[in-house]
Amino acid sequence: MNDFENLSISSAIEGLANKNFTSLELTEFFIKKIEKHNDLNCFITSTFDKAIEMAKISDQKIKENETRPLEGIPIGMKDLFCTNGVRTTAGSKILENFVPFYESTVSNNLWNSGAIMLGKTNMDEFAMGSANTTSFFGNVKNPLGSKVNKELVPGGSSGGSASAVSSGLCLGSTGSDTGGSIRQPASFCGLVGLKPTYGRCSRFGMIAFASSLDQAGPITKTVEDSALMLQAMVSFDKRDSTSSRQSIPDFSDYKKLSIKGKRIGIPKEYMIDGLNSDIKKIWDSGISWFKSEGAEILEISLPHTKSALPTYYIIAPAEASANLARYDGIRYGFRHNADDLNDLYEKTRGLGFGKEVKRRLMIGTYVLSAGYYDAYYLKALKVRKLISQDFEDSFKKCDLILTPTTPNVAFPIGEKQTNPIEMYLNDVLTVPASLAGLPAISVPSGFNSEKLPIGLQLIGKPFDEISVLGAGAVIEELRGF
Amino acid sequence: MTYVIEGKKDSWQVVLGLEVHAQISSKSKLFSVASTNWGSDPNTQVELVDCGMPGALPVINEYCVDQAVLTGLSLNAEIKKMSIFDRKNYFYPDLPQGYQISQFEHPIVGKGHINIEIEGKVKKIGITRLHLEQDAGKSLHDQDIKNSYIDLNRSGCALMEIVSEPDLSSPIEAAEYVKKLRSILRYIGSCDGNMEKGNLRADVNVSVKREGEKLGTRCEIKNVNSIKFIQQAIEFEAKRQVNIIENGEKIIQETRLFDPNKCETRSMRSKEESHDYRYFPDPDLPPLIISDEKVNLLKEKLPELPDEKKNRFMREFNLSSYDAEVIVNDQGTAHFFEKLVKGRDPKVVTNWITGEVFSHLKKINKDIKNSGITPEKIGSLIDLIVDEKISNRQAKEVFEEYMKSMDDATTFIEKKGLVQLSDQSEIYKIIDKVLSDNPKMVDDYKNGKDKLFGFFIGQVMKISKGKANPKLVNELLVKRLKE
Repeated sequence: MNDFENLSISSAIEGLANKNFTSLELTEFFIKKIEKHNDLNCFITSTFDKAIEMAKISDQKIKENETRPLEGIPIGMKDLFCTNGVRTTAGSKILENFVPFYESTVSNNLWNSGAIMLGKTNMDEFAMGSANTTSFFGNVKNPLGSKVNKELVPGGSSGGSASAVSSGLCLGSTGSDTGGSIRQPASFCGLVGLKPTYGRCSRFGMIAFASSLDQAGPITKTVEDSALMLQAMVSFDKRDSTSSRQSIPDFSDYKKLSIKGKRIGIPKEYMIDGLNSDIKKIWDSGISWFKSEGAEILEISLPHTKSALPTYYIIAPAEASANLARYDGIRYGFRHNADDLNDLYEKTRGLGFGKEVKRRLMIGTYVLSAGYYDAYYLKALKVRKLISQDFEDSFKKCDLILTPTTPNVAFPIGEKQTNPIEMYLNDVLTVPASLAGLPAISVPSGFNSEKLPIGLQLIGKPFDEISVLGAGAVIEELRGF
Repeated sequence: MTYVIEGKKDSWQVVLGLEVHAQISSKSKLFSVASTNWGSDPNTQVELVDCGMPGALPVINEYCVDQAVLTGLSLNAEIKKMSIFDRKNYFYPDLPQGYQISQFEHPIVGKGHINIEIEGKVKKIGITRLHLEQDAGKSLHDQDIKNSYIDLNRSGCALMEIVSEPDLSSPIEAAEYVKKLRSILRYIGSCDGNMEKGNLRADVNVSVKREGEKLGTRCEIKNVNSIKFIQQAIEFEAKRQVNIIENGEKIIQETRLFDPNKCETRSMRSKEESHDYRYFPDPDLPPLIISDEKVNLLKEKLPELPDEKKNRFMREFNLSSYDAEVIVNDQGTAHFFEKLVKGRDPKVVTNWITGEVFSHLKKINKDIKNSGITPEKIGSLIDLIVDEKISNRQAKEVFEEYMKSMDDATTFIEKKGLVQLSDQSEIYKIIDKVLSDNPKMVDDYKNGKDKLFGFFIGQVMKISKGKANPKLVNELLVKRLKE
């Protein structure tokens, strides 16, 4: 049997087209691998029977030359995307036994492109977390921890997705990014993570955390794979009122992009206290790679950067407090029986949600309450506008913004668990782009002294995923591994 | 006349403001494609949004937006170019999302007004706003001893909440306001106004004050679903408040319920217990933008509204204000009138519509539009009276029977043998018989007892079985008695 562990999506497509192997072989390989690596806890629900069925259809299609863009490519689906007939939990006890009878648009688009579902990947409960330590279904381990003989977090909230791709349990996976949930785990696991412009991917059927921020995107090994998966995921969807009607380009056009003469902005405010020195070094390397390719480097200012994290931690919990109100034990999901209605609500939600989710629901409820609304939520909305304005102003001067993805590399499971603020600080470099709805990618760019991966982030103009991917490819080419 | 409550010590005025919830007559719900069909089996008209499934998203129903704009235009109100949907957060089992999508700070329609008429006087009632919102589902507590059930068919149906200024000052004004509003909604077709089905219901804000005083503390009576109940609720509530204040106590701002069986209001929850709804803009829905083009297009679609129609009827047909008001209140009646009045005397037509036709409709419990009554059917009967083929009285007597028959008026009265007796000699015969049968009365009459004339007429009509032409009877009787 072939070893498909290090295979990329693009090379798998080639291999399938050249009949070097079949989708069934590929799929069976990953099924075995997933079974072998149960310890990583990447999947909440496996869908192997379904995968084999889908692989057979793909092989047939390949045979008949009716190949679709991702024909026969086995992937992991973050358990935030509702999948028809397949349990969808959002990493929560409250949805432990929830089986949707409808399909999310993003997953549907992927299946229509020929992708194969190996299973539903583990995640922080309702996507609330930066270490995949809040899942009801247990922690996910970062496979790179074995390098340093530690149990490291994969990042979060798309930790299962990132760990699965990184450990070669699937060729790619979907993630969702509210404040960094694609980019941060991609960075921790040495992968490419792309958060597209808000509105590129439909949110229909994607379980909501913070509706004005949530955006689906791919986690892959390469930039090329990222473009391939993104192409399959995006669509205008009339079932999502925030879905964009912006025309969808051929994302592989990033290959034609020349970085020469492009202006890359380096925001001075991202040079935060506590930025790991190895990461700082890699950031400098990044700057030199772009310089060497003929890009113009300029220092820019995004003055409201320091307000981004607190703004995010008001807006996201506020929206979540309403989005998660539907989990009340009345119609579906976990219910703890009780004597009266209030008791039913309290027990169901008290026992059904984990600690971090409850913390954020309380924060969200608080900031929307009478007497506090103006001081917190309304102010946060205003600051959010200022943050967007910062980017808009900067993009008059530059084409792309280059920053580190995270202030630190993957840390051991159990760290940053006592003080939630410490955990929230993981998102400090990713939330500004989220608040502004901008496309951003994290690309593996180097390693720290312990050989743990470091990602650099590229932030682009609205709907300019092509430049983001193109610049990501430059890093891939010049990083020297 | 001003409505005043006489307390033990003082006279009190009532200040009323209404929040009317009108369900939009749309095929599908405000944010989902589920049907709004009334009376379907429980939970059969439910889409993902309506039952709050994970990942479900609301998508605005443009038809409902158009209806809200149309309604705004018909209330002489400002249409907002941009409005915002907000989430109103509270937990209740029949509220599947855990929030209601409504409009809080930025409603689709701003200030406007309508006119009501009380005892011939026009009063302008201010409209504060109109906003769009989702209806909740229904909790059913009477299906089982231990369990409550939930029907989500109504969940997500589109409501317009129309808020009035506190310009109403009596139960009758409140009633006229609701009637006028309902009439307008029915004219433009944005709401069928059916209060029995709950498609139109009102929250009534009531406060009392002495003349010249500032507004008092108000209580809100929730969900009153008939015009009669609105009046009763106000009457009870205003008196209750007067008693409290005159006893030296204070009104507590609270939400109350009206119990139509006991004809009283009861406390539901006080202001302290009231929810903090934590309204905030719904991030699933972009701001609602309404273009000038759309407003202009909808303006063109506006039908002639009750007030305009009333003025025209008064002008064109010389109707009294009262008659015109009664005729235009229902659009179907107004249409009926306009068809019927062609070539006929408006006064006669009005009398027939507001008299026999209305009482017939009441009997069969239908409105004119779906009663099956045609202007031709009523018209042919009126024509026979005018042509003196039958008497007005005959026509009224046989009206119900005539309505049940399939014949036109001419055929009907022929079959019934109802043709009016206008033969002079025949009528003289009857008169002579009546006079000769009552010689004493004839003498009395001739000695000055004029009133007996009516007795003779009555006797003639009785003997002719109502067929005798009354005009002719009158003439001939006068002649005979003079001889």
